[in-house]
Amino acid sequence: MIYEASAFAVLLFVLFVAFVLGLSFYFGRKTKSSSGYFAAGGTINWAVNGVAFAGDYLSAASFLGICGMIAFVGYDGFLYSIGYLAGWVVALFLVAEPLKRLGKYTFTDALDSKFNSKAIQLTAAISTLIVSIFYLIPQMVGAGALVTPLLGLPHWVGVVIVGAIVVFIVATAGMTSTTYVQFIKGGLLIIFSIILSIYIFNNGLKLKPDHDTQKYHNFVSVVPTMDSTNTMVVEGYNVIGSVENKGKQFFKLEKNGVNRWFKLYNKENGNVLTEVLSITDVKGGDRLYNGEPKQNAKFYQIGHMSKIIVNGEEVDKTGPLGPFKFISTIGQGDVVRFLKDKFKDGENSVQVWYQEVTAGSEMLTPGLKFKIGKGATPITKLNFVSLMLALFLGTASLPHVLIRYYTVPSQRDARKSTIIAIAAIGSFYILTLFMGLGASVNGVLDVESSNMSAPLLAKAFGVGLFSIISAIAFATILGTVSGLIVASSGAIAHDLVDRYLGKNLTDDAKVRAGKIAAILVGALAIVLGIAFKGMNVSFLVGWAFAVAASANLPAILMLLFWKKTTAKGIAWSIVAGIVSALGIILTSPTMWDRYGLRAEDAFHSLDNPAIISFTLALLTLVFVSLADKKNKTAGELE
Amino acid sequence: MDHGPAVVLGEDKASRRKQKLGVKMFILYSLVYAAFVAIGVIDYKLMGKIVLGNLNLAVVYGFGLIIFAILLGLIYNWRCTKFENEMNKEEQS
Repeated sequence: MIYEASAFAVLLFVLFVAFVLGLSFYFGRKTKSSSGYFAAGGTINWAVNGVAFAGDYLSAASFLGICGMIAFVGYDGFLYSIGYLAGWVVALFLVAEPLKRLGKYTFTDALDSKFNSKAIQLTAAISTLIVSIFYLIPQMVGAGALVTPLLGLPHWVGVVIVGAIVVFIVATAGMTSTTYVQFIKGGLLIIFSIILSIYIFNNGLKLKPDHDTQKYHNFVSVVPTMDSTNTMVVEGYNVIGSVENKGKQFFKLEKNGVNRWFKLYNKENGNVLTEVLSITDVKGGDRLYNGEPKQNAKFYQIGHMSKIIVNGEEVDKTGPLGPFKFISTIGQGDVVRFLKDKFKDGENSVQVWYQEVTAGSEMLTPGLKFKIGKGATPITKLNFVSLMLALFLGTASLPHVLIRYYTVPSQRDARKSTIIAIAAIGSFYILTLFMGLGASVNGVLDVESSNMSAPLLAKAFGVGLFSIISAIAFATILGTVSGLIVASSGAIAHDLVDRYLGKNLTDDAKVRAGKIAAILVGALAIVLGIAFKGMNVSFLVGWAFAVAASANLPAILMLLFWKKTTAKGIAWSIVAGIVSALGIILTSPTMWDRYGLRAEDAFHSLDNPAIISFTLALLTLVFVSLADKKNKTAGELE
Repeated sequence: MDHGPAVVLGEDKASRRKQKLGVKMFILYSLVYAAFVAIGVIDYKLMGKIVLGNLNLAVVYGFGLIIFAILLGLIYNWRCTKFENEMNKEEQS
């Protein structure tokens, strides 16, 4: 997709970043102690902390990833909204107050509060680092996706910009500035998501989703005929060749020196060839978009409805709709999605995106991505259950969420800030369905990056709205990455260097170690953000949740609720959770595809590990604790 | 360097009652959430059934789970605050 930078968007972006950096300088001057650096001195107001929680949590995965996934696969994307929010129930009812009571700076502090065990200090710190890095990858991928349309820069430049700014923020000021960045960004994100939703409702639904600033491409359909030699002929085009791939037929047609791909549809009244979107990697290194160089801008944004029904009659457009009427009207109509296929054309590699009419009712039920209905197998159903389990259990195990409990003065404040977070995050997640569906039918989707759906929808309604939303989305990433880097730097400086290695750092030395750790983790995040370009960020976050739920949650819950838990049990449970979750992810079909291998050849078919890795970690904790006769249990240490 | 809480917290006499309430509410929400997942796996077509206005079960249940979490959170906070006011006050007097 070709994106042109808008001067207004650039100006707004620069102002926003300057504001965030200014805030960091301001708080940086005030942050002298390690308590200030890692936990904002425990002085943050509960309401501010609640919105900051929302800021931390509504990361690139929520705004970019979920909206994008809903836009491409409908309700299955909304499952992430439901699961992410449900996870807060675990955090509120089981974890918030006890964690506040037990810990100081890091998640490891809480786990180790009763035991003072080297094994816990080491394994919990490593777990914090691994989960944070898994969570950092999608944020960086989102950053890269965002700067391309905003500033017209390549993906990797976006990743480097975010990495550099965040390292600067964290290395200067730590948790206080991170909190206020999150507070401002969380609030703005919710306000502007409401505004974007109002635009969607006012715009209503149209068969041809033209906007003032961008016209929708008219995809050409032609009727082929057969000549006397039984060869396909298309009026106005030369038929150059054809490819049959997995039961689908694609034809290459030439007109005015440009080759374009068409898909053959067998319809009731005969065959029709309909133009597809294509990217051709020509042998020798050139890449053609719909048969032309990228700069010719012939690679279009997509997504529309082919049937709209209002009061039992088919219409071309609806006019403004209320929120529920908007959803039900989509449910009664047909949505045209663009599905991807890949094949070889001689020595060239071709990717095509062809039209597939999907009933609106299918867009509004699970099943387009997670196969639980038509074509489901036990393993696809297990994948679905495993994902929902990871989302439910993952939130309360995310280190950057957990450390936010240390920033408020009391347990009551920890609880109240969680409730503010649930209300703010829940409201936002309801909006994701409107924003995602709005993007799917408004001709704004970029088939190369589902992550850009919501910002591109805003762009269709005006550059001003797009600029503001993109700047907020960028700040979203800055904020979340800052939180993750604070959590990681705490794990390295406080848990590993100070406690595990027993260096007994002075306050100043600990802050300095934290800052060096922040720079190292930031650099690693940049590299990974570039490597994982193009993957849906919400899908990647699903993995982070699975690793967190498996490595951390059994340890936290059993420490709080099972008196026979021992330090050895906790340490081995963390190891079992990390190793099994990572093992399943790294050998999954999705990673096989990422390695350039055939996904079908992967070791197994499970993409979401939680159902196995969480259970394994829990059982490990129970068996090791019961077998451990040497060390005192949590109950004995109370 | 010690690793106790970042701020000094007073004794909370209500913590056990709050924990019990939290566990009960967690179980309640987990059952409702599990039922949603079970419908998806066992009878996925039920999700497409129109149940309220022109909205199907999937949309109504999904929105319902989000709103239910917010409501439970508010009830939990109200009850916990009541416990704290009663029990910690008794202790002080």
